[in-house]
Amino acid sequence: MATAFGSQFSALRGRRRERWRDLSPMRKREAKMGLLFITPWIIGVLLFSLFPFVASFLLSFTKYNIVAPPKWVGMEHYVHIFTDDPLFLKSLRNTGVYVGGSVAIRIVLGFALALLLNTKVRFLGLWRTLFYLPSVVPIVALSVIWLYVLNARAGLLNSFLYAIGLPRFRWFADPDIAMIGYLIMSTTWVGVTMVIFLAGLQGIPEEYYDAAKIDGANVFQRLLRVTIPLMTPTIYLNILINIINAFQVFTQVFIMTDGQGGPRDATRVYVLHLFDHAFQYLPPQMGYSSALAWILFMIIFVFTAVIVTTSQRWVFYQGGETD
Amino acid sequence: MTATTASQDFLHRDTVHRLTRTIGRVLLYLLLIVMSLWFLAPLFWMFMSSLMPLDQVGVFPVQWIPRVWMPENYTLALEFWNFGITFRNTMFIAIVSLVGDIGSCTLVAYGFARFRFPFRDTLFLILLATLMLPFAVRLIPVYAAYDAIGWIDTFYPLIVPNFFGNAFYIFICRQFFLGIPQDLLDAAKIDGASEVRIFTQVMIPLAKPAIVVIAILSFQNSWNDFLGPLIYLKDPDLHTLAIGLYKFTSLPGQGGIYNQQMAASTMMVLPVLIVFFLFQKQFIQGANISGLKG
Repeated sequence: MATAFGSQFSALRGRRRERWRDLSPMRKREAKMGLLFITPWIIGVLLFSLFPFVASFLLSFTKYNIVAPPKWVGMEHYVHIFTDDPLFLKSLRNTGVYVGGSVAIRIVLGFALALLLNTKVRFLGLWRTLFYLPSVVPIVALSVIWLYVLNARAGLLNSFLYAIGLPRFRWFADPDIAMIGYLIMSTTWVGVTMVIFLAGLQGIPEEYYDAAKIDGANVFQRLLRVTIPLMTPTIYLNILINIINAFQVFTQVFIMTDGQGGPRDATRVYVLHLFDHAFQYLPPQMGYSSALAWILFMIIFVFTAVIVTTSQRWVFYQGGETD
Repeated sequence: MTATTASQDFLHRDTVHRLTRTIGRVLLYLLLIVMSLWFLAPLFWMFMSSLMPLDQVGVFPVQWIPRVWMPENYTLALEFWNFGITFRNTMFIAIVSLVGDIGSCTLVAYGFARFRFPFRDTLFLILLATLMLPFAVRLIPVYAAYDAIGWIDTFYPLIVPNFFGNAFYIFICRQFFLGIPQDLLDAAKIDGASEVRIFTQVMIPLAKPAIVVIAILSFQNSWNDFLGPLIYLKDPDLHTLAIGLYKFTSLPGQGGIYNQQMAASTMMVLPVLIVFFLFQKQFIQGANISGLKG
C-alpha cells in the first residue's frame, strides 16, 4: 500500500488533468466503458463509505435512539466525553496499551521469525505454514480457546509458567494485568506479519550481501546496514496497517468478557465502550456513540498522518521502484 | 616449516568455524520448534480437551492426553448448539457473498486496470483511502439505514454490500490485471471481440489465480465474521456458526462444560483448517499482496 499510495500520488502530480471535452470520440468511448465497469464500486462507496461517514458526523451532534428522529444537541456529547466520562479516558488508555503492545509484538517478533526463516532453513514451507496457521482460526473460536489458555486455575499459560518455575497470574481477575493477557493472545497473528516480512527479505538480492561480506561486514552489520534499510518500506507499511487495526480491537474482548470489559473496566477497550452506548444501552445512545466513533477516527487519522509524513525521513525506497 | 603451521592453523580455524555453524543451526531449529509449540499448543489443546471427561479439563497442571476418550462430547455439543441451522446459514451467507465479491471486484478491477478515464487515479486513491476508515464510523448510520428499510433480522446486510466491491479485493485483482500483457487484449480486439467478451472470455480465465485468492479471503471473512451477525441477526433461526458458538459458551449455566465447548470450537475450526491446508499458497499470497504491493 505504501508504494501504491506513493505511485498514485506521483501519478496525480505528474499528469495534466484530462478534461472530458478534450477527449477524442474514441477516448470518450473508452472512458465510458471504464466508468461502466467501475459503477458497482462507485455506488458502493457512496452507500457504504461516504454516506455513513457524513451521517455519523452529523449524528454525533444529535441525540438519537433509532426509534425517534435525531434531536440536535450541538457539542453536548463532545463536551460530555471530555469532561464527564471517566470511561472514555480509561477505554482510550486500554486501547492505547493494546496498540503499543500488540504492534510492537507483531513487528519485532514477526521480523525476528522472518529473519530466522530466511537463513536457508530446511522445510521452510512447513515452518511458514505452522506459524501462519493460528491466524486463520475464526476469532470466536480463538477467544473460547484463549479463555482457557489464560484461565487462572488450570490454564495452559499458568501451567507453562509453573513448569518453568515462574509465578502464576490471575490473568482475568487482576485489573493491573488484564490487558497483558490480550497482548499475549495477540501473538496468535504474528504469522501474518512474518509472512509479509519473509517475502520482503526474499526479495533482497543476494549480491548486496556478497558485497557487504567482501567489505568485511559481519552478520550484525549486514542486518543493520543492508537488511533493515532495504526492509523499511515493508516495516513502515506493517506499522501503519497494524496500528490502524489495533485501534479497532473489539471482538476478542467482547467475547471473553461477555461484553463487559471486566474486571472493573480494566479491559474495556475503546470500541467496546462505543459499542456499549450504541447497542447495549437502553435506550440506545447512537448520537453519543457516533461522537466516540469520530474521535476514534480523528485519532487514527492523526496517527496515520504523523507516520506517513515522518516516513520520508526513515523509509528508504530503492531507485526505480515501480508499482 | 612455516607452511605446515599455516595449514594446521587453517585446519583448526575451519573446524571452529564449522562447529559454531553447527551449534548455530541446532539452536535455530530448537528455536523454531519452540515457536511452533507456542503457536500450536492452544489449538492442540482445544482438540485434546474436546475428547476429555469434564473433570480432567480443570486439572492443574494441564493434561494433554484424555484419560478416557469421549467422542460423545461432540454429539452432546451438537444437541445444545444449533449446528445444523447455523451451519446452513453460514454456508448460505458465505457462498452468496463470495459470488458477489468475485463478480463485483473483477469488474471494478478491470475498469481501473484497463481503461483511461478522467479522475481515474483520484478515484483509485479514494478506494485505497476507504481501507483506513474505521468500521466504528460506518457502524451506526449503516445500522440505522438497514433498520429503516426493515433489513434487521435478514441476511441482506451481510450479503448485499459484497455486490458493490471490496476495496482490498479490487486492489488484488487490479494488480493482477495490470500484469496481463496488452498484446493479448489487442489481439482479441483485432479479432473483433467486444469489451464484454474480452472481459468474460479472455481476462476472467487468465485471472483465475487472483480470483481464487479473493474467493478464499471472502469465504474466510464470512465464516469468521462476528460483529455483523451479532448486531443484524437476533432471531436464533438466523444465527451463524460464530454467533452460535458465542451463545453456546456464554449461556448462563453453560460456562462450565469446557470439553463440549472445545468440541464445538473444533467443529468450527476444522473446515477452515482444511481449506487452509488445501489452499496454503493462496492464503500466503493474500497476506503478501496486502503487505508488499498492497
